[in-house]
Amino acid sequence: MESFSFANLTAAFHNLLLDTLGIPGWLTTTIECVLIGLGMLLAYSLLALFYIYFERKVCAAFQCRLGPNRVGPFGLLQAIADMFKILIKELIELNHIDRFLFALAPYLVIIASMLCFAVLPWGDGLQIIDFNIGIFFLLACSSIGVLGILLAGWSSNNKFTLIGALRSGAQMVSYELSIGISVITMVCLAGTMSVPGIVEQQRDLWFIFGGHIPAILAFIIYIIAGTAETNRGPFDLPEAESELTAGYHTEYSGIHFGFFYLAEYLNLFIVSGVATLLFFGGWMPLHIPGWDGFNAVMDYIPSIIWFIAKAVAISFVIIWFKWTFPRLRIDQLLSLEWKYLLPIGLFNLVLMTLAITFGWTF
Amino acid sequence: MVSLSIILGITSSGTLAITALLTGVALVALALWIAGLISPRSFNLQKGEAYECGIPTRGESMSQFHVGYYLFAILFLMFDVETVFLFPWAVRMQELGAQGLISIAVFFGVLVLGLVYAWRKGALEWK
Repeated sequence: MESFSFANLTAAFHNLLLDTLGIPGWLTTTIECVLIGLGMLLAYSLLALFYIYFERKVCAAFQCRLGPNRVGPFGLLQAIADMFKILIKELIELNHIDRFLFALAPYLVIIASMLCFAVLPWGDGLQIIDFNIGIFFLLACSSIGVLGILLAGWSSNNKFTLIGALRSGAQMVSYELSIGISVITMVCLAGTMSVPGIVEQQRDLWFIFGGHIPAILAFIIYIIAGTAETNRGPFDLPEAESELTAGYHTEYSGIHFGFFYLAEYLNLFIVSGVATLLFFGGWMPLHIPGWDGFNAVMDYIPSIIWFIAKAVAISFVIIWFKWTFPRLRIDQLLSLEWKYLLPIGLFNLVLMTLAITFGWTF
Repeated sequence: MVSLSIILGITSSGTLAITALLTGVALVALALWIAGLISPRSFNLQKGEAYECGIPTRGESMSQFHVGYYLFAILFLMFDVETVFLFPWAVRMQELGAQGLISIAVFFGVLVLGLVYAWRKGALEWK
């Protein structure tokens, strides 16, 4: 069965603008770019609102609380109320800050997450940026976020923010290595760096099932490093509230703080989205070789629902970590990365190479 | 397998990358503009001070910090540059065969030796 492709929809729209309405090419491009931008803005804010609600509900469930339940049915409007409240808070003018860098930092953090957001494969034909080095571009963009955090901490001219930013920077750059190594491992298996290419390779069997032991190891390393990369869970010592107030964004007020908050939730989604893309088949439905009836039924579920459901499921696991493991110290954190995850990751890459060379993959 | 960039007739993905970048800028600028319109403003000399412990900051805020952060940043730089070189091989790995495998094994060996050296030198200890 041929599943519905969003590419048909966009092609029809493109033809409508260009041929039926007779709009010149450059204007068509501009209109389409504006529409894409608006769509991204909408998806970005809706997803952030959903994630704020989702995390609060999950945390509440782990602590045997109810969570938000007053604003709207089941507290569904709580996140919107929060965002509105943050919007009407005062932006405090500070005396000793580096104003330019202080204002620049939220832009960098949001731009980094927005660029990564555009590379994710949302559904069949529903992907905005499609480079042939897609996954590499994604890694490169995600590291812009570190700059934003370092600038935020440094320009605030505050001891807490400086220490928070340095911890965060050291943590994020270190764990980026492990993410890079596990991505290389999966690129070896896929033989391509293009995002649709990687998804297409998983049509029959997702890499987590088809990649033998190295894929499972790579997934474990990726999920640990991804949790650290988003400054969450047991790795949230950059914003250890008992020692550093709020870490690198202590001095930010109102919506300025809101940007870091927004980017943090979106980064959670992006990390889960990349895990989905690399290990769980992107938007591909669950297929089990030989079970033709089952596969046909799975094909009826739209691709975008598959992608978002898988990403949210992985996010749930990452939120789960937060309530399971105690916070690490900075030396424990760095030795976990450099003495355990990195050597295991390198070994895993060798294992994957051997598995492919000798054809051990399923 | 076609995605938006090809179908929409926007030949270069660069245009779309710039669109995404501008969307990010627009999000921050718009939200700041709206917040500037509706949020209250008040002036207070104490409000502008650093939020540390309630007492005036002692000494320089951009103080000296642990040299370990610097060391890990350098180590990261070395390994990150080396992983960049692994990517092209990873893409073509299945076609390159034995020759590629041997060449990358030498490179990989040097990479691992670097890590072992840093480890033995105690660069990975947080003192």
